[in-house]
Amino acid sequence: MSSIAPGWEAVIGIEVHVELLTESKMFCGCPARFGGEPNTNVCPTCLGLPGALPVPNRTAIEWISRIGLALNCEISPVSVFHRKNYFYADLPKNYQISQFDIPVCHDGWLEVAVDGELVRVGIERAHQEEDTGKSIHVGGGGRIHSATETLLDFNRSGVPLVEIVSKPDIRSAAQARAYAQELRGVILELGVSDAKLEEGSMRFDANISVRKTGAPEFGTKVEIKNMNSFRSLERAIAHEIDRQVSVLESGGRIVQETRHWEEEAGVTQAMRTKEGSSDYRYFTEPDLVPMVIDEAWLDAQRAVMPELPAQRRARYRAMGLEVHAAEVLTDSDPAIRRLFADTVAAGAEPKAAAVWSTGEVTGWLRKNATSLDRIPLTGTDLAELVAMIGSGAVSSTAAKDVLNGMMRGEGSAASVAASRDLLQVSDTVALAAAVDEVLAANPDAIDRFRAGESKVVGFLVGQVMRSTGGKADPQLVNRLLADRLASSP
Amino acid sequence: MGLAELTIGEAAAGLDRGDLSAVELLSAVLERASMTEAELHAFLTIDRDGATRGAEDSDRRRAAGEQLGPLDGIPIALKDNLCTHGVETTCSSQILAGYRPPYDATVVGRLRLAGAVLVGKTNLDEFAMGSSTENSAYGATRNPWDTSRVPGGSSGGSAAAVAVGSALGAFGSDTGGSIRQPAALCGVVGVKPTYGLVSRYGLIAFASSLDQIGPFARSVADAVTLWEAVAGHDPLDATSYRGTYPSPRVDLDKGVKGLRIGVVKELSGEGFEPAVEAATARTVEQLAAAGAEVVEVSIPAVEATLSAYYLIAPAEASANLARFDGIRYGHRAAGATTEEMMARTRAEGFGPEVIRRILLGTYALSAGYYDAFYGKALQVRSLLQAELAEAYAVADVLVSPTSPTTAFEVGAKAQDPLAMYLCDICTIPSNLAGHPAMSVPVGLDESGLPIGFQILAPALGEQVMFRVAAEVERLAGFEARPAMVGALA
Repeated sequence: MSSIAPGWEAVIGIEVHVELLTESKMFCGCPARFGGEPNTNVCPTCLGLPGALPVPNRTAIEWISRIGLALNCEISPVSVFHRKNYFYADLPKNYQISQFDIPVCHDGWLEVAVDGELVRVGIERAHQEEDTGKSIHVGGGGRIHSATETLLDFNRSGVPLVEIVSKPDIRSAAQARAYAQELRGVILELGVSDAKLEEGSMRFDANISVRKTGAPEFGTKVEIKNMNSFRSLERAIAHEIDRQVSVLESGGRIVQETRHWEEEAGVTQAMRTKEGSSDYRYFTEPDLVPMVIDEAWLDAQRAVMPELPAQRRARYRAMGLEVHAAEVLTDSDPAIRRLFADTVAAGAEPKAAAVWSTGEVTGWLRKNATSLDRIPLTGTDLAELVAMIGSGAVSSTAAKDVLNGMMRGEGSAASVAASRDLLQVSDTVALAAAVDEVLAANPDAIDRFRAGESKVVGFLVGQVMRSTGGKADPQLVNRLLADRLASSP
Repeated sequence: MGLAELTIGEAAAGLDRGDLSAVELLSAVLERASMTEAELHAFLTIDRDGATRGAEDSDRRRAAGEQLGPLDGIPIALKDNLCTHGVETTCSSQILAGYRPPYDATVVGRLRLAGAVLVGKTNLDEFAMGSSTENSAYGATRNPWDTSRVPGGSSGGSAAAVAVGSALGAFGSDTGGSIRQPAALCGVVGVKPTYGLVSRYGLIAFASSLDQIGPFARSVADAVTLWEAVAGHDPLDATSYRGTYPSPRVDLDKGVKGLRIGVVKELSGEGFEPAVEAATARTVEQLAAAGAEVVEVSIPAVEATLSAYYLIAPAEASANLARFDGIRYGHRAAGATTEEMMARTRAEGFGPEVIRRILLGTYALSAGYYDAFYGKALQVRSLLQAELAEAYAVADVLVSPTSPTTAFEVGAKAQDPLAMYLCDICTIPSNLAGHPAMSVPVGLDESGLPIGFQILAPALGEQVMFRVAAEVERLAGFEARPAMVGALA
């Protein structure tokens, strides 16, 4: 990814919308799940019928409290819902119930690693709101301005949505991507959303401005929308930084606007501006009462908080894993992490346990499109294999075959190694015979060795390995060969 | 006296004794409506079939010997901003012409459960915005005491229907006096309960923080019966009160001995008709004679409440009425784009007073004006609440006229919104404070028009409010019947 032109600094803030996977919607009892025929998961409240009223979803408030705790936020003891007023066809009440000056969560932070460096990104706020319905534009290629008809599906209307707004602490596209990925990891760990970027259950907007390095004031910011993968987020931001720098360097001026990321063209494009400025005329939602979140409530949330990615990474590092290994293991499936933990518990050295769990095991599962719960491999099994490698009973190469057999259900490490005839030959007498045979068959090799051609040893080792079917302990072969060559008349 | 003029208590006793049937009662009421509606226009919809089924069901239950409540078989009318499943609900607006809700308001559901016979839907000022029931897209309602005059509003249809005997009781909504003022002008009892005591679910909102559903009746005891049928927590309304409150019925006959009655100084003088002031003063003297301690209280914030109300209510209305956009229900105009369709739908569908208040509210919430208007209005609201709390430290209830004037001529204020807004001066404080208040008829002016006496109580103070009201009713001995009813005899 391109880095910023010298002399310039980018200032980036990210807004993230996360749909909560609660059973029911934010303000009514309708199912919050996707799918189903259009307009089937609806009721008077989420259709905005006259007279219908909202009642907050308790689970959603529990979950946003957990998000706030995970992001090191202050939790407002009393927080208030507001109405955000704007007319749009898929917004049934023509106002969205959201939060304004007193969000549930505020002033937190999330630490992310970028190129081995830790960056702390401030969290401005995380507030609770409701999602809109979906407009489906028919005809004219599905774009609103050329469509002949617009259909509305309100199944999504009223699904709980949490908006997480970062502080403008991000300085590069790579940091932005790392932040977004880390945040997704936290959300997934909390289990409050499936956070699928492609399906829109996690959506990003970025606010970007550039300024001369060290300038005290922010430049004019531009909002970028429509980035539905981490890659497009990073590309869009990098592109927008470049665009702004080149506009400014050529004496131009940045216009405060919203731009759309065009994935295929790889550019941002100004969106048609809505008439008038966006004055949402926020005011307190009179259909709801203030939400009181006390310490007992927060304690109950803390009690069920899972281990978060950052905590897990730190724990793995403390177990002796290198940065990268800790990272890979942290991002692994829970089942793989459990296998790692079981393997270590069964006595394996953590580094080796991590390598085998995230490497060979994960790769094999992926290749065979299966999962740990469908194969007989346990941590105890894996620890046994690791121990056999350590003792020299099997070579690292042969161990992969042994593992393969174990995952296919052929038995324990020892029995697979035996039945597949993969045990390393460490029997000195047997190996000495093999060495003698090789030396006898290659008399010229001894002469060449004596003439000072030391690389011939490698050839001889190879011959011994071949004659033993790869099961010979290479170190032992080396030692035996050296003895013989030195003592030969 | 015909069946249509019975109180609910009398009718229920007659039903219990078997002197009359619910079907007979209903037919008396429907006959009364058929004789008066051409001139009165209290109803937008009379649900003859639904009501007949309801009455027959009630008679069957009674014949089967079931234990029945005090409203079983009683014909009740509903303001046309209360959603009734399958029965047209228009809010007197073109924009909802033909709209049949797919659900019942909580209040409607509770009345059905209580066995009430729902006669039909009564006229109102469009979206409850007005004090005369002239702002109806379907024509004005007239006052049964003098059909050249207005019945008050916005629940003028409900008040007129009860006054004339087209229902034994009715429900309306009160945002700034819309139950109490028409009750006063039509010579019936009207109650605005404590905010949160009656569910707003299914009430088509005007101003959510002020709206409250309440009953009209021809006696205080009937009003208590209706109030009891609908009060109580509703999980579908997040602003619904969860706690307990004392029953008003047990204290109805206790009298006022020892109670402290505060006369609100600011609700008299300029703008108040002499006959209204005289009737108020006479009632206060009677209460004193009956053993109450009368004190004068001052609530200076009252002077600013009208201005505050006409910022807060339109501000909330501007958002509440945003959902009427032609997309999902109601009137839809043609338009080349979605935006144009929405704009035209609203321009065609809303009447002038509704448009005026939407504009007013939108302006009050706009960036740059919020603090000066909406924000200031909220401060007045807080100030009023503080002053009322002080007043209730020295008085158990407060009293005042319900309306500064008796019923005025049709058209007299139609072109002068400010004069119309002044009708609400006595009633608005209770809405801004969320307190209960009610109007009891106490006499007639020199033109034979009824005068209402208002009793205000602190939040959840219904018990003492109804207790005083019952005494006022006894002391006033108000037996007069509207001219229209007299003419039928």
